[in-house]
Amino acid sequence: MKEIFSIGFLVGFFSATLRMATPLIIATLGETFSERSGILNLGIEGTMLFGSLSAFLVAYKTNSLWLGVIAAVISGILLSIIMAYMTVTLGVSQHVSGLGVTLFASGLSLFVYRQVIGSPSIPPTIQTFSTIPIIGLSKIPFIGQVLFNQYFLTYLAIILVPVCGFILFKTNFGLSLRSVGENPESADALGINVYKTRYIALIIAGGLMGLAGSFFTLAYFNMFLYGIVGGRGWVSIALVIFANWTPSRVLLGALLFGGVDAFQLRLQAIGFRIPYQFLLMMPYLLTIIVLVLVARRASYPASLLKPYRRE
Amino acid sequence: MKFPKFVLEKRSQSPAWLRVALPFGAILLSFLFAAVIILFAKKNPLYAFYNIFYGALGTRLGLMETIVKATPLMLTGIAVTLAFTGKFWNIGAEGQLYAGALAATWIGIQNLSLPVPVYILLEILIGFAAGAIWGIIPGILKAKYKVDDVVTTLLMNTIMIYLVGAILEGPWRDPATSWPQSIMIARNAEFPKLLVRSRVHFGLILGIVVIFLVYILLKNTKLGFMIRTTGANKEAAYYLGINVTKTIILTAFISGGIAALAGVGEIAGLHYHLTENISPGYGYTGIIIAMLAGLSPIAVIFSSLFFGIIITGAEYMSRVTGITSFIANVVQGIILLVMLAMLLLQEYRIRRVE
Amino acid sequence: MEKVIVMEKITKTFPGVIANEDIDFYAYRGEIVSLLGENGAGKTTLMKILYGLYSKTSGNIYIKGKKVEIRSPKEAIDLGIGMVHQHFTLVNPFTVVENIVLGMEENGFILELDKAREKVISYMDRYSLHVDQDCRIDQLSVGEKQRVEILKVLFRNADILILDEATAVLTPQEIKDLFKTLKILKSENKTIIFISHKLNEVLEISDRIVVLRDGKVVGETTPFSSDKKSLAKMMVGKDVIDVISQKSKNIGEAILEVKNLSVLSERGHLALKGISFHVKSNEILGIAGVSGNGQKELEDVLAGIRKPISGEIYFNGKNITGKSPKSIIDLGIGRIPEDRMENGIVGDLTIYENLLIERFDCKPYCTSLFLNYKEIRKYAKELVKEFDVRTPSINILTSKLSGGNIQKVILARIFSRSPKFLLASQATRGLDVGATEYIHGKLIEARERGCGILLISEDLDEIINLSDRILVLYGGEIMGFAMRDELTREDIGLMMTGTRKEALSEIS
Repeated sequence: MKEIFSIGFLVGFFSATLRMATPLIIATLGETFSERSGILNLGIEGTMLFGSLSAFLVAYKTNSLWLGVIAAVISGILLSIIMAYMTVTLGVSQHVSGLGVTLFASGLSLFVYRQVIGSPSIPPTIQTFSTIPIIGLSKIPFIGQVLFNQYFLTYLAIILVPVCGFILFKTNFGLSLRSVGENPESADALGINVYKTRYIALIIAGGLMGLAGSFFTLAYFNMFLYGIVGGRGWVSIALVIFANWTPSRVLLGALLFGGVDAFQLRLQAIGFRIPYQFLLMMPYLLTIIVLVLVARRASYPASLLKPYRRE
Repeated sequence: MKFPKFVLEKRSQSPAWLRVALPFGAILLSFLFAAVIILFAKKNPLYAFYNIFYGALGTRLGLMETIVKATPLMLTGIAVTLAFTGKFWNIGAEGQLYAGALAATWIGIQNLSLPVPVYILLEILIGFAAGAIWGIIPGILKAKYKVDDVVTTLLMNTIMIYLVGAILEGPWRDPATSWPQSIMIARNAEFPKLLVRSRVHFGLILGIVVIFLVYILLKNTKLGFMIRTTGANKEAAYYLGINVTKTIILTAFISGGIAALAGVGEIAGLHYHLTENISPGYGYTGIIIAMLAGLSPIAVIFSSLFFGIIITGAEYMSRVTGITSFIANVVQGIILLVMLAMLLLQEYRIRRVE
Repeated sequence: MEKVIVMEKITKTFPGVIANEDIDFYAYRGEIVSLLGENGAGKTTLMKILYGLYSKTSGNIYIKGKKVEIRSPKEAIDLGIGMVHQHFTLVNPFTVVENIVLGMEENGFILELDKAREKVISYMDRYSLHVDQDCRIDQLSVGEKQRVEILKVLFRNADILILDEATAVLTPQEIKDLFKTLKILKSENKTIIFISHKLNEVLEISDRIVVLRDGKVVGETTPFSSDKKSLAKMMVGKDVIDVISQKSKNIGEAILEVKNLSVLSERGHLALKGISFHVKSNEILGIAGVSGNGQKELEDVLAGIRKPISGEIYFNGKNITGKSPKSIIDLGIGRIPEDRMENGIVGDLTIYENLLIERFDCKPYCTSLFLNYKEIRKYAKELVKEFDVRTPSINILTSKLSGGNIQKVILARIFSRSPKFLLASQATRGLDVGATEYIHGKLIEARERGCGILLISEDLDEIINLSDRILVLYGGEIMGFAMRDELTREDIGLMMTGTRKEALSEIS
C-alpha cells in the first residue's frame, strides 16, 4: 500500500492520467461543438473507432504516422457528414441516427480491418509515436516528467482546449453556433443559416472525434483491436454534460476520468485486491449521478435534440 | 433563403401500402449500399448476397442456426419495440440481456434439485426480475428527474458489462481452466432442445410467446393503452388524466425484463455457462429490428428472422467468398440509417422547389 | 410629407381563409401610425408581409417610392424595416450585447463585444432604452427584453419600425417609458407602425389610426377626430346580432369559485392578478377579452396542468387548487381545451380510443387488466351517432377528422359524463357555421341540464349570444361583470380594451 505514495508511482500515475485523458479531451471537445449547435451526436463511439482504424491502416500501409492522423480526421469528417445529412437535412431522430452511425462505423471498421489484414496469428503492429520531451522543461523534477514528456497528440489536446474555447466564446462564428443551439428560430430570424451552421459544427466534431481515435492506434497502443475505444465515446457524452458544454471544464472532467483509468491500471499492477472493473465503472456511475443532480438545472443547449425545419 | 432544393411537405394521409413497403425498400437500398462496399473490396456483391441467403436458408444446418440466432433477437427486438412505443428510448437492452444472463447463470449453478420445468420457470422469473431492475433505474430517472433515457440506458450497458467481467474474473472464475467463464449450469437447468441434431432450443418458444404477450398487452390491456397514448402524445396523455410517470416506469420495467430473457435463453439454451461474449451486440441489433418492424410486434418475428438470416448467412458467405462476415455488422448499421430516413416518407412527401 | 411605405391592394390568403383582403395601407415618414383591430383582424399578417415573413398573394409594395418585393426578413432589414414581434427572438443565456450583435452582417471573425458595448450604451442613452447591457436575457424582465428587441432593430439601422402588440406585456410605467422612446424615434424622423388593440394607448401615441376588421380596412382617423367609443365601434362592428339563446331559467348556486387567483405565464410575467369570480349551476359565464390577457393561464389552471402562484379554486365547496388532471376529471369537470390537437385528442389513436380516453379505467370499459373493446366500441358508436360525428367508421385515426368533427369527439367525450362544470375554451375557433351552431346548441343543452359553464372566447358574438353573465378580462384583471342585456356591444368592446366598468359612463 505504501507504494501508492512513492514518487515513482505518483509520477507514473499523473503522467498516465494526462495520456489517457488525451482522447477524451479531443473527442469531448468535438461533441461539445456538436451539442452546442443543437445536435446530440451518438455516432461518437463509432467515429472514434473508425478513426483508430483509418489511422492504423494508413500508417501501416504508408509507413507515415502523420498520414495516419490525417486519414483519421478525414474519416471522422466523412462520418459526421452522414450524421449531418440525417439530422440536419432530413431532420430525423438524433438518437437513432447517432446509433446508426456508430453501428455502421463500428461494423465498417471490423470489416475493413479483416478484409485488408485478414486474421494472421500475430496481428500487425506499427511503430507508434514516441513521447516528445520538451527541451529544458522536461528536466524539471516531477512536473517535467508529468507534463512535458508526452506525445504530440497530448500536447495538441491541451492546446485545443483554449483554442476551442476561443472559437466558441470569442468569435462571431461561435456566437452564431451557440445561438443556433439555443434558439434556432431566433437565429433564423436574424439571417443566420441554421442548416449550414449545424453542418459545420458536425464537421468540426467529426474531425476531432476521428483525431481522438487516432490516439489509440498511433500512440497509446501499436495495433488495432476491436475493443480499443472501449466505450470511451459514451464517456464523452457524459463528460460534455459534466463539463457544462465548456471546453475548460472538459479538460478538468477528462483528467478526472482519465485519472480513474490510470489509477485502476496501476492498482492492477501492484496486485490490488479489488477487481479493476469496479474502478472502471466509476466514471459511468459518476456520470449518472451527475446527470441526475444536474438534470433540472443543466444549461442544456435549449434546442438540443429538436430538429429544425422552417415551416 | 432556402437551403435544400427539395422541400419536405407534410402529408395529409399516409397510404397504407407505404407502411408495408418501407421495410422492403429499406432492405433493398441497404443492400445496394452494401454492394458498393463489397465492390470496393474487389469482390462480387451478387455472389456474396446469394451465399448469404444460401448459407442461412439453403441447408438444414444453416436454417437451424438462423433460428438459433433469431431467438435472442426476437426478445431484444420486442423489448425495444415495447419501449419505443411508449417513447422510452431503451438503448440498454444489451446490459439488460447480460443482467438476465447473470441471473440465470447464478440460479443455474446453484445446482438445485428441481424438476426441469420448475427450474426453467425459476430462471425465467429471476432473469426477468434482474433485467427489469436494471431497466427501471433509467425509467425512474426519466419519469421523476427528467434525465435523458438514451444516455442513462447506454451508460448502464457499460456498467453491467464491467460487472459481468468482474464477476467472471473473480468469484465465478472457472477453477478448472482459470478462464473468465463460469462453470456449467446444472443439467436440469438447461432449456430443452426443440429439434434433434440442432441447437434450436426452448428460447424460440419463449420468444414467440413473449411477442404475442406484448402484442396483447399493447392492444388489449389498460397498461398497453396507457403506454401507446403516452408514446403518441405525452402532453395530451397527461391532460387527459393518464399517469404518465407511472406509465414510463412500468414501460422501462417490462422492457428491461424482456430484454433480460434474451440473456436467459442464451445461457440456459445455448451456452450453458456465462462468458463475456455471449452477446455480440444483440441488444443493439434489437433496436434495428424494432425500427425495421415499424414497431409492430408481429412484424418483429419476421424482422428478427431476417437478421438471423443476415448474421448466419454472413458467416457462411465469409468462408466461401473470403469477404469477412463483418459485412453483416455493416449491413445492420446501414439498414438502421436507411430505414430511419425512409420513415420520413410516411409523414412527408418530397417536392421540388425553385 | 413623403409616404415611406405604400401597400397597395394587398391580399393574402391561406388555405380556407382570407387574412387580408384588398388592403391599402400607407405610412408617412416620421409619423406614428397605429393598426387597430381585434384578434384575427389581419394586422399581424399585413405586417409580416411587409417584413418578409409571409409572401403576399397579390398587391404591390413601395418603400420610399420604389417598388419592391420583400422575400425575407433579411431583405426587409436591408430596406430599413425592423419588426419587434410579440414573441421575442432572443437567445436566453446570452447577454444583451451578444443578442444585439448576433448575426449582423458587418461582423468579422473575432467577436468584438467591447466596441459593440460602447455603441449599445450610446443607443441606450439616445433612445432612452435602458437595460443592464451585461445582463443575461433570462434575468431581464419582460419589459427590459422588449427594449433589447428594439435596440436590435435600431442597431441594424432601421428607420421603419413595426411594433406588434408591444404593450401587451408591459406595466403602466414601462408603457410610459416605451412611449418616451417612440417620441424620440419620431423626432429623428423614423416611422413607427404600432399594432395594438388597446384604445387608450392608440389614442395617446398615434398620429394616425387605421382600423382593420375581418381582413379589411374599415376606417382611418386621427386621435383628434375620434374617441374610444367610435374606435370600439369600428373595431367590433355595428352589426346587431340577434340573441339566439334564451336566458337561463333557474340559475342555481355557485358550483365553481375562484378566489384571488394569480398565475404566471410561460414567459414569466404575471398573467392573472388576483382575480375572483364564481360560476353557478345552470349558468353560462362568458369571459370576453382579446387573447393574451390571461385567458390561457386561467384555462390551464382550471384544467389542472398549471399551478397558480397564489389563490384558491373551489368546486362544489371542495378545494381543488393544484390538483392533477385526473382528479379534476374524476370530480366531474369537463374541459374543452383551446389547443385541440395538443391537449384535446391524441391524433394517432382511433376515434373510439379518444372517446373513452378519460374513462378507459372505469367499468364497464375494462376489467381488472383488460380493456373491454366490445363495450368501448359499442358506446363509441352510440356517441358518434348522438353527437353527429361525420366519419366513415370509428376505427380511423382521429387526426384525420375535420376540425369540427374533432371538436364533436371532444364534446362527446365530455358530455357522456354529464359534467357539473364545463370549461369551454375557444370551442368554435376555426369551425364552419354548421359545426359552430351545433356546439352552441350542445352548450345550451348542458346548461339546461344543470351544468355551470365557463365560456372563454375571442369571438364577442359568441359570448354575447350564449352567456347569462359576462366577465371582461384585460391585462390579467377583471374590468367588470355584466348581466347579459346590461351593456351594449360597444361598452363591452371598451372594457375589452382597458376601460373598467365604473369608468364607462365617463367615456360616453
